[in-house]
Amino acid sequence: MKKSSQLPVPIARKNQLGTDNHLLTTRYGYCFMFACIFVPNFPVAAVFRAEPELCARAVAIFEGKPPLEKVFAVNESANRAGITPGMTRAQAELCSELTLRPRSRLQESVAHAVLLDCAQSFSPCVEDAAADMALVDLEGMESLFGSLPGIGRSLFRCAADLGLDANIAVASNPDAAVLAARGFSGVTVIPSGQEAESLGSLPVEVLFAGRGAGEEREGKQKQKEDERRKKSECLLATLERWGIHDLRALAALPKVALSERLGQEGLRLQQLARGTASRTLVPVEAPAVFEEAIELEYPIVLLEPLAFLLNRLLEQVCARLAARSLNTQELRLTLALHNLTGVDPQLETFGIPSESDASQGAVQAQSPAQHFISGRQSKFCLTFCRTIRLPLPMLDPKLFLKLLQLDLNAHPPGAPITKIHLAVEPARPRLAQGGLFLPPSPEPEKLELTLARIAGLVGEPRVGSMELLDTYRAEGFRMRRFTPEAAPKINRQKAAKEKSAVAALRLFRPPLRAAVTLENGEPARVVCSKKKEVQGNVLWKAGPWRSSGDWWEREAWARDEWDIALQNADSIALYRLVRDLLGGGWFVEGTYD
Amino acid sequence: MSSAVVFTSAAQSRPFGFVVEKDAEVCPQPSGAELFAEGRPPQRAFSTSAFSTSVFSTSKDARLAGVTPASQLAIRPAPEMVSSGIAAMDALTGGLPRGCLTEICGPASSGRTTLLLAALAAATQRGECCVLVDASDALDPQSAAAAGVELDRLLWIRCGENSPEKSLEQLLRATDLLLESGGFGLIALDLGDLPPQAARRIPLTTWFRFRRAVEHTPTVLLAVERQSIAGSCSSLLIKLGLIKTASPGERAVEPSMDSQFPVPSYAQLLTGLEITAELVRSRMDRKPVCSAETKFASKTAWAG
Repeated sequence: MKKSSQLPVPIARKNQLGTDNHLLTTRYGYCFMFACIFVPNFPVAAVFRAEPELCARAVAIFEGKPPLEKVFAVNESANRAGITPGMTRAQAELCSELTLRPRSRLQESVAHAVLLDCAQSFSPCVEDAAADMALVDLEGMESLFGSLPGIGRSLFRCAADLGLDANIAVASNPDAAVLAARGFSGVTVIPSGQEAESLGSLPVEVLFAGRGAGEEREGKQKQKEDERRKKSECLLATLERWGIHDLRALAALPKVALSERLGQEGLRLQQLARGTASRTLVPVEAPAVFEEAIELEYPIVLLEPLAFLLNRLLEQVCARLAARSLNTQELRLTLALHNLTGVDPQLETFGIPSESDASQGAVQAQSPAQHFISGRQSKFCLTFCRTIRLPLPMLDPKLFLKLLQLDLNAHPPGAPITKIHLAVEPARPRLAQGGLFLPPSPEPEKLELTLARIAGLVGEPRVGSMELLDTYRAEGFRMRRFTPEAAPKINRQKAAKEKSAVAALRLFRPPLRAAVTLENGEPARVVCSKKKEVQGNVLWKAGPWRSSGDWWEREAWARDEWDIALQNADSIALYRLVRDLLGGGWFVEGTYD
Repeated sequence: MSSAVVFTSAAQSRPFGFVVEKDAEVCPQPSGAELFAEGRPPQRAFSTSAFSTSVFSTSKDARLAGVTPASQLAIRPAPEMVSSGIAAMDALTGGLPRGCLTEICGPASSGRTTLLLAALAAATQRGECCVLVDASDALDPQSAAAAGVELDRLLWIRCGENSPEKSLEQLLRATDLLLESGGFGLIALDLGDLPPQAARRIPLTTWFRFRRAVEHTPTVLLAVERQSIAGSCSSLLIKLGLIKTASPGERAVEPSMDSQFPVPSYAQLLTGLEITAELVRSRMDRKPVCSAETKFASKTAWAG
């Protein structure tokens, strides 16, 4: 795969254009220009994007149901080794150097989404021309991205950064750009009015290439597609008989004579060959769906190799988000588990979801929404889902990887993993204005990682900030996610200065059961077996303060509270003594400190 | 008299050397017999002529200008002090130092938690993010809210689900992570309910590490415990205690039990505590601090 450092210069057309930006601007200033991003050999490119290490090898993609699997696409190395599309899998396997991969619709759809992301990162006016092609309207782009060759190179670099080896062509009409992208590799810029000359060297097959490539049609659409293909083959055979091999020859044919022999279709093809066909772009709004997936050849058992794959997925998805100037606030990891023996009851114990949890997890039965990761090999396939929600939009693949690792360490999937699917929820980047005089606050990324690590130490529900509940019940609070506010509340600061210190209560969790000796219905002596220092004669007491609540619910409570003073070894200590009126028994709830 | 000054100027990338003062040329050198007569071993006599061509021609003052006197080396910039939330404590200690370890120790009911919550309230109201690493899960959220702590800005880490040893380990590891993360205004370690023998198991090197980690940061590291355990690592050591009386009702609890007519318990009300604070150690000043005491009163939430 080409790297961004090996950036091609616009071929052939560069000499005609020159490199002067001013010249380019004046030449292209008042005409519409379109760019076409075309990914040749799309199924192979999609596999290469998912597994970059295969780029140097001979790779063949096969599809079909066993045992009738046939080679669908091959790369250049495999072609040199004699592997061609249409061979059976058994024939292809005779080549020892060949790497075979099944055709992955999921990876192709992801690669298509990446293609649209690449186009959308330059212009909002993008046509989804085909699975392997996107057209971009470049009107007004020169002031943002520089000259047209510069835009072409930027598009090429962007596609390479996103893992796609694409051909880029820029022309004054979409069809010319499409033909140039299909015919010329690298970056091609065709000046306005020179389309016929530039496209002339291309073979006529380029006019019929790519119809329905990478798309799966059904029913009537498939029939129409077959008819169209037959017509194309017929036309191509006719042109072959006439000795028309390239577009220059087709463009030079007399218009009337061509119309008499091939009809409107012939005229349309000639217009395409001359580069004079014009049509409007059909812009689409690319859905903000950011998903990546890997199907594994062999199930993964350990989390360490999983981390490598997750790293790759995260980098890819973060690159896509960055191309669209987006961040994410939620990561959803779905793992397909390999479990041929049936449902493991232990799996059900992993990650029970709850509303307050920062991350949720559950082992779920296969749902229709997750059909795309359904297993072909495993009969009893479970999916294991983890969701990580972030307090702020972030875009740091390393941070995400650490968070996922910590989460998976705390909630292991419990079975070998066969497929990995990662989806992120896009969010607009946070806008924050730093200030010299603002109070110190932790960096959100670091804080998130620290919280995840501490949650791994003490447990997730035991880390966070507290929220008081509207109740008089003891322990009337709940833990929630720690998301500190940025702006300080200055008004309350003044009020706090006037406030005196408040005597605090330290709680014993759980409350200590105590044996209490009563005198006249009042506690006179307390003995607490769990805490030796909480025992002795009551020196002073106040109470009882009776309270009750929730009597309309099952968990009703009623209690008497006493404030007592006991003599400790070296001083006097004040405790809160509680009598449970419903359950019975005395408890030392805490100490005033 | 001849005198040789040995100067080390590694900081200026110069070699070591001897410089002989000029008046050494006119002073007579003692002979070896004279030295032996005085009971001293013979010393190598440096010829003044050997040093007459000194490698450095600058004056003495200029040479010594790069040498910092040892007395000045010890001076560090005074740490920024922040309010502890209690005026009497601020008057006693000057506040809580940033970038330093502060210890608050005292027995149960000595006002440690009151002071802790006051410091947390002051810090959160300044807009700072604070952390409470609670070794024994003893924080009462109602008390924190009543003390004025802005709960949104307080991260509460509840250790102590199992044994004291386990909770201590969790506390230390969590503190390491928090100090590494940085950005907090106050990190409070609540070891108040841990048995002293368990708290003393924390190695001194851990406290040194904490001290080094928090140094040069705007974080106040506060440890609440029964007895001082950080040794010389703490910059400020405050000892608290409830004012000793025969009965707590004498001063701290109103109305008093010592009245002529015994008051029934239902007529008693705990309205607050009167606390004494002793400044045991402070490294803010160069001289060792003399023990100073102050008193402050706290009110219960229902006392108004």
